[in-house]
Amino acid sequence: MNVFWVFVRKEFQHLLRDKRSMFILMGLPLVMMLLFGFALSSEVKESNIAVLDSAQDEASQMLIDRLDQSRYFEVAKVLRDEKEIETVFKRGEARLVVIFPNNFQHDLHYNNQAQIRLVGDATDPNTSSIVINYASAIIGNFQQDVLGDEKLPMRIETELRMLYNPQLKSAFNFVPGVMTLILMLLGAMMTSVSIVKEKELGTMEILLVSPMKPIWVVLSKAVPYIVLCMLDLILILLMAVYVLEMPIAGSLVLLMAESLLFILTALSLGLLISANVESQQVAMFISLVGLLMPSLVFSGFMFPIENMPKVLQVISNLIPTKWYYSIVKNVMVKGLGFSFVAKQTFILLGMTVFFLALAIKRFKVRLQ
Amino acid sequence: MRNLPFLLQKEFKQIFRDPAILRLIFIMPMVQLILIPFAADYEVKDIHISVVDLDHSSYSRRLVEKIRASSYFQLVETPPSYTEALKAVESGDADLILTVPADFERELVKSDEEQLHLAADAVNGIRAGLGTSYASQIIAQFNNEIRGEWYQFPRKSPFPRIDVSFANWYNPHIDYHIFMVPGILAILVTMVGSFLTALNIVAEKEVGTIEQINVTPIKKHEFILGKLIPFWVLGMVSITLGMIVAFVVFQILPLGSFLLIYLFAAIYLLGVLGIGLLVSTFVDTQQQATLFAFFFMMIFILLGGLYTPIESMPHWAQWLTKINPPAYFIRVIRAVYLKGSNFQDLLPEFWAMLGFAVFFNAMAVRNYRKRSA
Repeated sequence: MNVFWVFVRKEFQHLLRDKRSMFILMGLPLVMMLLFGFALSSEVKESNIAVLDSAQDEASQMLIDRLDQSRYFEVAKVLRDEKEIETVFKRGEARLVVIFPNNFQHDLHYNNQAQIRLVGDATDPNTSSIVINYASAIIGNFQQDVLGDEKLPMRIETELRMLYNPQLKSAFNFVPGVMTLILMLLGAMMTSVSIVKEKELGTMEILLVSPMKPIWVVLSKAVPYIVLCMLDLILILLMAVYVLEMPIAGSLVLLMAESLLFILTALSLGLLISANVESQQVAMFISLVGLLMPSLVFSGFMFPIENMPKVLQVISNLIPTKWYYSIVKNVMVKGLGFSFVAKQTFILLGMTVFFLALAIKRFKVRLQ
Repeated sequence: MRNLPFLLQKEFKQIFRDPAILRLIFIMPMVQLILIPFAADYEVKDIHISVVDLDHSSYSRRLVEKIRASSYFQLVETPPSYTEALKAVESGDADLILTVPADFERELVKSDEEQLHLAADAVNGIRAGLGTSYASQIIAQFNNEIRGEWYQFPRKSPFPRIDVSFANWYNPHIDYHIFMVPGILAILVTMVGSFLTALNIVAEKEVGTIEQINVTPIKKHEFILGKLIPFWVLGMVSITLGMIVAFVVFQILPLGSFLLIYLFAAIYLLGVLGIGLLVSTFVDTQQQATLFAFFFMMIFILLGGLYTPIESMPHWAQWLTKINPPAYFIRVIRAVYLKGSNFQDLLPEFWAMLGFAVFFNAMAVRNYRKRSA
């Protein structure tokens, strides 16, 4: 056992000496948290719109001003005829064109019925429908104001409550996602590449003549990455709480224990990959394309799993990140206890044991 | 330049000798291109709603029926109390709880005003926001209906009303595939270009064969071209395969011209290869190269407008997207594929991408000389 720790220490020294790698390993979670926290959002803010105002009357001007002043839109272009719509879209200068007919004000005040046409660039379908929704809401408010103070009978009011996340902060959704991705990346990819490296350079043979069993040699390479994963995890949690002001609702101990379990799952995947390939390029490509991509797609973090075709929903059950993501959401955001994540925990545990067993079996065959 | 053909021959031989790499270059990205679009549908739909009806009146039943009939919602259950409904939210079975208070109908008729309660699982803010806004729309429609009935006699629009009609251009059926596939195509080319070059050169460094090349009379630019050309060819082949997959699997063809796509892809690939080359000049091991390439790739892709629109970003991030090559290529390939934009429309993108290609390669060549001098 003593020899094992000597090996672990050697691996640590290797890792710490590589300043550039350490910089990225610590910088990556930082940058991802900052990007997700402050730069990325599918919310619509200050979208460029164009108007085609054939009416040019007081009512249409008022409405255009109102659209421009809202925090969702900016009137970037005023068009003269319908043909210009196409050009504006093809150059990507506006997301939405608002079209007023000739007699807008007259229709509104004398016929009690006026028309507006909205044309959205639905290349990006989500943004297009959100933009159209917002514009309709602003037009609806405008109509209310035209109506004045007249009170309608039989009003149904709706009281809204946002559970767990009253301010609708996006951090509540992405922090668990970033944790999942970073731990998967470090645990699986870094471990697999670092082990295959020894094989590729031929130094594995040297390690194997040591009095330790091969599997311990391999495990000693994994230990520094466990420590690194835990450090990154702590970094992410500190940023979530102190920079993004997202409280940890549930038990911190439970969260850390579950995270440690997930780190082991990722490591066992890394071991499995390294047991099966011979070159770093292949190891890297497999972890990146075969592991990281599915992890991103199937975690439920970026794309809702319910929307996927049935086959993919079934496949998603085989992806560890899906279960860990659900655990983190339940514990960290909703503040639920162990009984609500027991199922996910056992699935992860089962996967870890399975991957590990498979990896050990493969290593034995190959290294003797 | 006499040595170039021999170098190219060597590089191509090396690439084709390793079937694993070849498989990875072609098969894995294609699998991605086929799978991800099926999964990457982040439209908010099928919101699970649970209705607690404490009133059991004809109005409340009609409202529930209206929700059940709408395409946004799936009515999962009608529990007897809010506490029961909350359990479904905790376990993730319901996204939204609508509570109809007891005496809803009676109060509404008597005092002309009554409240409904809507609670949403807001872990995912967007889903909660859209869910509550859809529900509010349905409630407002319901409100209009019963108000109209209350008047008993039909009147022609008693209040000023604005009718809003809308159209979705370029994607009338709101199909996510035609949005995602071209974007993923762009990412694919980026990955093939940057990762492979960076790794390939660093591998030579690590194994030591680069020293052998350095002692031969081969000139630096010949060496670099010898590395660039094969991967440039691979990149062009992979985008061709990608377009074939896009057509065969998703029936997506560019509205604009193929030639335009190839032109932009050719220039873009040069830029991406330059990035890979640059990375390889300041790292020593493949592990480092992987990390660096991954680090920048992450930032490039996240700030590339693939998943989240660029104009929703704060100004500093929008400024960053201006120096982000994939952001341009994603925009170009989507514009040509979906809108049929022509060269004239994409002129600003053309100059920017040409600039990247020149800049990154110049930097790489400069850095390269420094190290081995």
